[in-house]
Amino acid sequence: MSDQQSLNSVDMLLNMGPQHPSTHGVFRMVLQIDGERVLDVEPYIGYLHRGSEKLSEGEQYAQIITLFDRLDYLANFNNELVICMTVEKLMGVEVPERAEYIRVILCELNRIASHFLFYGTMGMDAGASTPILYGFRDREKIQSLFESVSGARMMHNYFKIGGIKADLPSDFFEKIQWLLNEIKQGVDQADSLLSFNEIFLNRTRNIGIINSEDALDFGLTGPNLRASGVPYDIRKNDPYSIYDRFSFDIPIGDRGDVWDRYFVRIQEIRESVKIIEQALKQIPDGEITANVRRIARPPKGDIFVHAENPRGDFGVYLVSDGSDKPYRLKIRPPSFCSLMALKHMMRNAYVSDAVMILGSIDIVLGEVDR
Amino acid sequence: MAEKEEITESVSEELDPVIIEKISMLEKNLSIFDINITSFLGEININLDKTNLVDVLTILKNSPDTQCNLFLCLSIVDYEDRFEAVYHLQSTTLNHRFVVKTSLDKNKPMISSCIGIWRGCDWYEREGHDLFGVVFEGHPNLSPLLLYEEFEGYPGRKDFPFNDYKEW
Repeated sequence: MSDQQSLNSVDMLLNMGPQHPSTHGVFRMVLQIDGERVLDVEPYIGYLHRGSEKLSEGEQYAQIITLFDRLDYLANFNNELVICMTVEKLMGVEVPERAEYIRVILCELNRIASHFLFYGTMGMDAGASTPILYGFRDREKIQSLFESVSGARMMHNYFKIGGIKADLPSDFFEKIQWLLNEIKQGVDQADSLLSFNEIFLNRTRNIGIINSEDALDFGLTGPNLRASGVPYDIRKNDPYSIYDRFSFDIPIGDRGDVWDRYFVRIQEIRESVKIIEQALKQIPDGEITANVRRIARPPKGDIFVHAENPRGDFGVYLVSDGSDKPYRLKIRPPSFCSLMALKHMMRNAYVSDAVMILGSIDIVLGEVDR
Repeated sequence: MAEKEEITESVSEELDPVIIEKISMLEKNLSIFDINITSFLGEININLDKTNLVDVLTILKNSPDTQCNLFLCLSIVDYEDRFEAVYHLQSTTLNHRFVVKTSLDKNKPMISSCIGIWRGCDWYEREGHDLFGVVFEGHPNLSPLLLYEEFEGYPGRKDFPFNDYKEW
């Protein structure tokens, strides 16, 4: 054998998923790897496709809310808010003040719960097994409050077209003061445990970088876009509900790497706490639901309404033909767009970092596949 | 009944001055195309022929007056006689949203792909092909996205059997 003769290297295909703990659901990606380096990645989705859009065409508007609970199953209140706002806007319904405040408080708590889960799984992906215990502990406190409000930890079906189904329980305001203290302690703990941990920083800094132009081009929204330095938050840019009455900041990152996407979310928990504290001071007494007919029949027309979910810009395009069921309902899921950018982010990363990058965009397959 | 119609007419006449300004700005920017701009509940709809689609969307993205840098959503709607492709475009800098609508032929739905303008159209177009059978000309890979390879038919369409499916 002569010295010039070299070994032919062949790229290897590595299949990850659909049942893999790092994929956060049923998601499959095929990595084309050369040694430890990822050359290309092909994501495959659709394992959780339930046809929610088509199913909605056969259900009345009040029934669709339960389908929306099951889209982004970590942010149920936020999803319910979007479909309720869509129908209300088309019907021209004015929601009572108290209901709006209750909705905002619950949505922001749901955002915190979702980000706490992200904090836990992010640590888990990095190989630290402690954060997931703390993340779940703090999320569970929020969910038991949800249970006292709506009767369910998840899948609440608590919002309805024109308001909410029932008023808050009498001990809610006592409990939430305690809860906000616990949340603040939990975030501080997260910062001291994981955020500035040197090993974690080494694992997450300068990995999976996406700059602001590419992020916008792929349609990234929410914390993933803000980590790339674009201060786009629908709560500020296109205020819905009563978000224009609160003062809060939009945390942004500067590099658009995994750590920025992580830390933007941690900072967002603090901003959500600020919003809840202001809302608790302002919340008025009064009606909790507008005078709407039990079977909603929006007039003919089409409308697009979007809102800031924990994962980004969640939108609904509704076409109504004047009947009690939608003619067409299209959902714009934020995680769907985040997954499109995966190919761009993962190129030339190591296989071990691929898990971190997928974890950092915080997908929920329920809304990707619908 | 007659009273109701009068009310809706008076509402549509009282347009927000911001929207009137936006509509005249759009008419100036897109004057060379044959388009029809309407407004409904504070949204600005641009109706156009599908041959102009890519040109109009390129202008909407690049013109300093519009700056629609974020592609929000592509929805295909099956009306009984035609398909409609609805594009929702958002500007993160100017904070406005435009809706671009174009009609497609029912028997042979075809439209140019917008993947060259925003890479974020990619999966929306694949989904449109998957569920509605719309062909996006110029899209590099229209393989099934949400459904499995062997699936027959287009479940998004109105004529797809909804309740009498068979087990597989």
